[in-house]
Amino acid sequence: MLEILGKTNIDFMGKRRWAFLFSGIMVMLGLVAVVQISRGSANLGIDFAGGTAVQLKFDQAIRIDEARKILEANGLGNAELQEFGQENKLLIRLKASTTIEEKVAERVVAVFTKEFPSNHFVVDSSTEIGPTIGKKLQEDALIAILISFVGIILYVAGRFEFRFGIAAALATFHDVLAVLGAFYLLDKEITLLVVTALLTLAGYSMTDTVVVFDRIRENLRMRRRDSEETIINNAVNQVLSRTIVTSLTVVLVLIPLTLAGGEVLHDFSLALLWGVIFGTYSSIFVASPLLLLWPGASGRLLKRS
Amino acid sequence: MKKVGGRLIVLALVVVLSVIFFIPSYQPFYQALPAWLKAVMPNKGITLGLDLQGGIHLVMEVDEDRAVEIAVDRSVVSLQDLLVDKKIPVESVTRTGPTQVTIQFQNAELKAQIQKMIEDYPTFIETESSGSANMLVWELRELEVKRIKDSAINQALETIRNRIDQFGVAEPMVQRQGLKQIVVQLPGVKEPKRAKDLIKETALLEFKLLDEDNQVKMDLPARIPKEKEAEVLKQAEAKLPVGDQILFERAVDKDTGREYRIPYLVKKRVMLTGDVLSDARVSIGQFNDPYVSITFDAKGGREFDRITGDNVKKRMAVVLDNTIYSAPVIQERITGGRAQITGTFSMQEASDLAIVLRAGALPAPLKIIQDLTVGPSLGKDSIDKGVQATLFAGALVVLFMMVYYRTSGVIADFALALNLLCLMGALSALNATLTLPGIAGIVLTIGMGVDSNVLIFERIREELRAGKAVRLAVDGGYEKALLTIVDSHVTTLITGVALFLFGTGPIKGFAVTLCLGIGINLFTALVGTKVIFDLMNQRHKVEQLSI
Repeated sequence: MLEILGKTNIDFMGKRRWAFLFSGIMVMLGLVAVVQISRGSANLGIDFAGGTAVQLKFDQAIRIDEARKILEANGLGNAELQEFGQENKLLIRLKASTTIEEKVAERVVAVFTKEFPSNHFVVDSSTEIGPTIGKKLQEDALIAILISFVGIILYVAGRFEFRFGIAAALATFHDVLAVLGAFYLLDKEITLLVVTALLTLAGYSMTDTVVVFDRIRENLRMRRRDSEETIINNAVNQVLSRTIVTSLTVVLVLIPLTLAGGEVLHDFSLALLWGVIFGTYSSIFVASPLLLLWPGASGRLLKRS
Repeated sequence: MKKVGGRLIVLALVVVLSVIFFIPSYQPFYQALPAWLKAVMPNKGITLGLDLQGGIHLVMEVDEDRAVEIAVDRSVVSLQDLLVDKKIPVESVTRTGPTQVTIQFQNAELKAQIQKMIEDYPTFIETESSGSANMLVWELRELEVKRIKDSAINQALETIRNRIDQFGVAEPMVQRQGLKQIVVQLPGVKEPKRAKDLIKETALLEFKLLDEDNQVKMDLPARIPKEKEAEVLKQAEAKLPVGDQILFERAVDKDTGREYRIPYLVKKRVMLTGDVLSDARVSIGQFNDPYVSITFDAKGGREFDRITGDNVKKRMAVVLDNTIYSAPVIQERITGGRAQITGTFSMQEASDLAIVLRAGALPAPLKIIQDLTVGPSLGKDSIDKGVQATLFAGALVVLFMMVYYRTSGVIADFALALNLLCLMGALSALNATLTLPGIAGIVLTIGMGVDSNVLIFERIREELRAGKAVRLAVDGGYEKALLTIVDSHVTTLITGVALFLFGTGPIKGFAVTLCLGIGINLFTALVGTKVIFDLMNQRHKVEQLSI
């Protein structure tokens, strides 16, 4: 049989201090991002912040600085521009400071028709979202996420022990925050699709954590003589090859999607890719050591079940 | 190891059902089927979301308060008319609040007489602030306010539906959302801007008489640039006779091509509105200029007959959404129940005007609060690229599993295919709408499907390492992985259900595919592949498992 890893015996738990330090930084970053989002100063997509986005596809290449100049000249100086090089596509975004009543999308189209008469274009997409809708979407997404977290903590607590539920939820939070923090740091736009990606990776990370926990529970029931640290370490080592193989297959799916999936899927796949990497790391280095921080019933509850 | 037969039958049944349900989603194949087969098969499959096939998604809000104001304004005008008819001199009848009408008069003796007139307006009640001897204050009843608001949204829905039907869009969706929002989805629309204008136009058609007696006194300019509208209105405000208003005609200078406005002094009283129309069509005039010819219904025709008969040689304005289209002189009594709306418009504008007139007016202006428009090219681009990348990614995974797990990997790949097939079948059976987030949900479930197999295989490997015989190792592997797989799926299912219940729009789409995918996953991982392993063990005793 072909194996990436043979039987391993790595002391993961011993490295937990370094892991906690690294994760602490990532979580702080994520929290900063969350605060900035709630203050409205992060790069929120217009689906959340409200505003207008117009994507144009030109026949010939268009220079982004020229486009910016003519938009400024026509009173649309606060537009953010992004181009998708090879295909002469230009994305123009205007945040909620301009309201939907002003027909911003039509104005943008009119400006380009007037200023680039020889370079014909089609409107690929245009989105206008009123600020109230964006607010509602934000709230709905938040409520859904909170409820699912409560549900998961309860389920895992019921199936394992309470501290397992907390640890699993914390590890998942950690992954979502880490990716959010990374997006914030790189000033990537947080759109509804990115939030969907965050939810997807939360699901993935949760699965990953539960698999490791399951093995820990199994081992806690069988070998009571070893210290808890050893038991957890062994469990992580036992499922390590599965963890690596699974993550590898998901990464195999995501790399082509990120590189060649088109502009719509790019940020989505990128968020997932980072999410998988963090998720794998967190189930080994975060979720499992967290159990040690809180001895709880030391597996006694598990033994009885 | 249990009997294989029963499970094989279930498996086959699921596959066949999935295929049958999926076929309508793949139109080229479905259309090629013989008619008798189509008749017994499901006829509707997966619909592609707007982000994938292009189109418009609009969320609009009816300005209900405005609808109430409009209704009150109408009562004010009709009360003014009634007072004139009964020769009761009053100083003013004005709307003094959203639902309030104030009548002021010099002669206190008239109070009782006017007070009695409320009988003609049963939707109003007199308020306590009518204490003064020279004033009466009426208020619209709360029940009526509620009724107007309620009917405003229903009427708007109805009107928009009519307009879209006449515009011609395949599978449009017009729906009420919450209390006062209307969602309109027009997949695959080629001219988004035109469609939006068509929906949004209030299209309130009114016929009003010009106040020619006071025209001179007002000293209105003959034509003004379009920016000056507000200025002219402000200047005229002080001199404006009771019951009159200023409206503008839109016109274009033939030489310069610039738009300008012609102000008119118009009587507020509405002679006739667009609800008495039975038809509106585009016709071509003698100079090849399009105009809209309208036909009144029986009642409207009689009214129009009477009005034109009473006002020969006077000018009547044709007003649409408070803009004058034309103000011709009534040459003679018009008996045929027909009229024309001329103005400066293109053929397309004329035909759109005919559509909105046929479909009726909106009760109040609409406010667009969300507008997503995806051009057909982007939709196609994202599908093509997404599909290509997904296929390539899928091929990588299939290959990896075969290399890493050999024969067992092939079995896992089979499970993967089964997974996709069932998911597509289930989505088709539910006539689900597939959006990009929905595809994300599929990617996640596929990932979980692979994971389930990896979990099982790694367990089987452990059992084999421990020296167990192949059959026992397979059974043991499945048994031990079972709990883990159930736990991991249930936790994800909790997320999925929460997102489905509390998420909106695209997030919901994600949740649907996720929840379906998890159920199907459990089935393929625990029944699908196990059957094959059992089948292998049953046929010939396997000494060495290729895993």
